[in-house]
Amino acid sequence: MSAERTVWTVSELTERVRAALEERFPAVWVEGEISNFRLYGSGHAYFTLKDESAQVRAVLFRNRGRRLRFEPGDGQYVLAFGSLEVYAQRGEYQLVVELLEPRGLGALQLAFEQLKERLGQEGLFEAARKRPLPRFPKTIGIVTSPSGAAIRDMLRIIGRRFAGLHIVIAPARVQGDGAGTEIAHGIQDLNALGGVDVVIVGRGGGSLEDLWAFNEEVVARAIAGSKIPVISAVGHEVDFTIADFVADLRAPTPSAAAELVVREKQAVADAVSDLRGRLERAMTGRVERERRRHQALASRRVLTDPSRPLRDRERRLDDARRRLERAAALVLRRAQHRVELATRGLRAASPFTRLAADRHRLSGLHGRLHAGIARRLTGAEHRFGSTAGRLQSLSPLGVLGRGYSLALTPSGTVVRSAADVRPGDEVRVLLDEGALDCRVERTREHDDRPQL
Amino acid sequence: MTDLNFEDCLTRLEQIVTALEAGNLPLEDSLKVFEEGVALSRHCAKYLAEAERRIEILAKDDAGALSQKPFPWEAEEEA
Repeated sequence: MSAERTVWTVSELTERVRAALEERFPAVWVEGEISNFRLYGSGHAYFTLKDESAQVRAVLFRNRGRRLRFEPGDGQYVLAFGSLEVYAQRGEYQLVVELLEPRGLGALQLAFEQLKERLGQEGLFEAARKRPLPRFPKTIGIVTSPSGAAIRDMLRIIGRRFAGLHIVIAPARVQGDGAGTEIAHGIQDLNALGGVDVVIVGRGGGSLEDLWAFNEEVVARAIAGSKIPVISAVGHEVDFTIADFVADLRAPTPSAAAELVVREKQAVADAVSDLRGRLERAMTGRVERERRRHQALASRRVLTDPSRPLRDRERRLDDARRRLERAAALVLRRAQHRVELATRGLRAASPFTRLAADRHRLSGLHGRLHAGIARRLTGAEHRFGSTAGRLQSLSPLGVLGRGYSLALTPSGTVVRSAADVRPGDEVRVLLDEGALDCRVERTREHDDRPQL
Repeated sequence: MTDLNFEDCLTRLEQIVTALEAGNLPLEDSLKVFEEGVALSRHCAKYLAEAERRIEILAKDDAGALSQKPFPWEAEEEA
């Protein structure tokens, strides 16, 4: 029993296992989730592929990893292709990965999303970065394959719209390994060339793989770094590439790019001639307006009758002269008046004049005196008459006419009472006519006169 | 004016036309810009009439120097 027993060394066993495994599994497809993904400084990546109940170690060597179109990481569900290898020193086996691509999301799709996210975070897609396209580019740079359908489409459209343009083609392969780099160089070359107004980067339609170059970072960086505005024109309407996000403008197709860049010459020519027309109309209108203004001014009398201002001036001169003369005459008259006044004053002040005046006054006074006296005399006469009349009526002598008589003593005293005289006294009795000189015979104190 | 490119020319022409149409310029200035506008429109028309068609392809020599060569291209007959 023991003679049949074969005892191997660890190395022998391991070698047997290695040979068996490696022969049995030279090329396998395995799918699983990546975990414990670690990238080493050497460029090799080590990770574990696992599912619910098992796991297998895997290694991705640097030269393989470089060709991946996405960045592997923990949690990704991937499909790996490779061969099994036994690592004898540690008694382990591992899958040496030749190809790795995501399951679910395609590898390219994943890479696309990853790059898009990264560049987006860098701000390369910011709207603020987008530059306006020149309205009338003279020189158009096109980065594409010189043998592709895209260039023919673009040249045809540009030729139809505006033949007289300068087009510089930067030839680049637009698919396959290295295409992205060529495209990036094309953009850089057109920048270096100078004088290019706008760059179109693109190619015709194709599969996601065909269009892949336009999803490469190198292309995105070249577009972002371009000093010339860049239009991306990749594939068809539905195809979106990273280049589209970075470009200043995305054209849905190369043909559309050509149409966006090149205006129709006829439309431009129309615009120019429209401007020319407006220019002339505006100027004509302006001139017409000025002419009307001028006419309105010209129709004023000043301009229609050129002698008018002269006449006006003459008239003003005449007026002035007349006023001057009038003023002079007035001054003269005033002077004359003053002379006259002075003369008159002088004359008035002259002794002769005084004399005459005095004489005049005298004769006036004289007249007035006479008149006054006469008037006075007349009044006096009148008054005298009436007074005399009244006197007459009041005179005691007046009563004599009526038969009364008046007895007076020789001294002239009126005898009022019998007692005033004595018998023997002389009395003169005044009658109405004449008088009687009488001697008193007797006196009587009382008489028989009726008493009142 | 010849150092203006077509776009600048056209932009200036548009400005002039707008200004003239607004009619705010003094007459002398109007005449001045009108003359400029006429010259610009002539320049634009000339550019449109005489723009030379050139289609070239970039070539790079071993030293990396760029040169331009005519690109063989015949416009297809329009249908």
